[in-house]
Amino acid sequence: MAMPLESPVTFSNVGKTKWWRRGIFASQTGYVLAALLVLMLVMHFASPYFFTEGNMQNVAKNFSFIAIATLGITFVIITGGIDLSVGSMMCFSAMITSMVMVELSAPGSAFVHLAADGKTVVANVPGLILVISVLAGLCAALIVGLVNGFCIAVLGLSPFVTTLGMLSIVRGLAYVVSNGRGSFPGGPDADYFYALTSGDVFGVPAPFIYLMILAAVMAIVLHHTSFGRHVFALGGNEKAAELTGIPVVRVKIEVYVICALATGLQGIIISGWLGSAPANMATSYELNVIAAAVIGGANLAGGLGGPLGAIVGCVLLEVIRNGLVLAQVNSYWQQTLVGVIIILAVLVDRIRSRMT
Amino acid sequence: MASADTTPVLELTGIGKEFGAIRALHDVDMHVRPGEVVGLMGDNGAGKSTLVKIIAGNFRPSHGEIRFGGNAVHFNRPIDARAVGIEVVYQDLALADNLTAAANVFLGRELKRKFGPIALLDHKAMASRALDLFGELRSETRPDDLVKQMSGGQRQAVAIARTRLSNAKLVMMDEPTAAISVRQVEQVLSLIHRLKEQGVAVMLISHRMPDVFAVCDRVIVMRRGEKRADKPIHETSPEEVTALITGAKEAA
Repeated sequence: MAMPLESPVTFSNVGKTKWWRRGIFASQTGYVLAALLVLMLVMHFASPYFFTEGNMQNVAKNFSFIAIATLGITFVIITGGIDLSVGSMMCFSAMITSMVMVELSAPGSAFVHLAADGKTVVANVPGLILVISVLAGLCAALIVGLVNGFCIAVLGLSPFVTTLGMLSIVRGLAYVVSNGRGSFPGGPDADYFYALTSGDVFGVPAPFIYLMILAAVMAIVLHHTSFGRHVFALGGNEKAAELTGIPVVRVKIEVYVICALATGLQGIIISGWLGSAPANMATSYELNVIAAAVIGGANLAGGLGGPLGAIVGCVLLEVIRNGLVLAQVNSYWQQTLVGVIIILAVLVDRIRSRMT
Repeated sequence: MASADTTPVLELTGIGKEFGAIRALHDVDMHVRPGEVVGLMGDNGAGKSTLVKIIAGNFRPSHGEIRFGGNAVHFNRPIDARAVGIEVVYQDLALADNLTAAANVFLGRELKRKFGPIALLDHKAMASRALDLFGELRSETRPDDLVKQMSGGQRQAVAIARTRLSNAKLVMMDEPTAAISVRQVEQVLSLIHRLKEQGVAVMLISHRMPDVFAVCDRVIVMRRGEKRADKPIHETSPEEVTALITGAKEAA
């Protein structure tokens, strides 16, 4: 149907946006990244310990503990939704994982048998118990995510209220299944479990490696697949998304499920680091996760966000925490400062968009 | 101008619609031929938007028959109407501000390239096709610019370019000139001329008399759910149309 053009379009009235006013340079993520680099430089001069290998490993490990969940919630935030149940979900899925692991490792189950000297011996493939228990934990998260998505996308409930309810429901369930006592990963596969969650590979913490892989996958999904395109469209103009034939309900359910799975994985990793899954684990982590996403440039109104921003937000929070410790500032200041940073990051972006 | 013997692309016979006790449309007959620009006018509540929504597949008519390209059609959802070649440019344009022009044009119909089992977006192909479409519409719009940063006329071009993707046979435009500047109105009217040149039938729903008289071949006036007039534009005048809309003149 293309008609031959008498003359190609000329752009006499429409200038091209300058490179430094496009993409990352004009985004909150860019500003916060710059601020982070400056902060790290300041830290380097303020404390000789900051750039030591041990401290860097610590920082990398600590921010990885919330960053995977932050990647997940970024999907939800881009669509203009919110998930307040992430903290509870971390606890629940860690608890299910550890309980299933203990249960399967109990003598008499199909997976272990008692040796003559009274020790338990793995009956099947080593690691099978671990795989099944992690899948069970993720499955629990998946179900919570599906319920969230169903209530929000199909029943049309508000994301805030739905996930606020789910925060309470899931935390309650965690207390119910554990009777409030918490659970400790144990059995023959516990060593693998700890190696995979809190171990490191050539000095790089394992959670950090998972984070990098997941962030790369997320970048491809968001920017190079039609699913990612639809996630952004949903956040930009939900009605338009609907009119152009995007399966809005399906995409919404999918983002809540992705968020739940990332959160579940995060919970399992945290329990490996803690060595247990107490019933009050990760309480109020939803606030850290949302704060990190927002600082990194995800817009709660929807339509903006990405893996880089999520990670930058988490790193910034952790560097500030770490810096305050190294500078021997009273650690009670931490939370106050985090609040200030949240408002500052959004404020700078607002001022910038007013100026252009 | 389209000759009288071509088959109408859209033909409505005896279309009626009731919402409970309210009769929104009654016994409307009309047709649109390829390459014809028809203005649909009427006051608020005259039944224009109900009629448009029936043609676009948002509502099912209570009575009557819709024929498209000679065949009887029944639309359950807007996607059904789009499948046969009816595109709607909505009043608020249905654009996602946070995406680029090209992304908006291809929204819901992205071009993909297969890498084994994974299908990734083909950004290059979408950008160059979008640039072609903007060229056809003579609009200075860069495919990679964000819609957020665009003028009203450019946004309109993006919304119209979207209808050109699927080789639509009928494009309905709901108040395309209501909220934009004078210069941009000129651009939009010239976009309508481009569609007409390419044999696309256009239905223009508008309150603005000068726009209707500038581009339309024929004008249909609705009042109180009924069609009151259906005249070639050169046989009527703005004064007559105004009288028909307000009810000062019952029918023509």
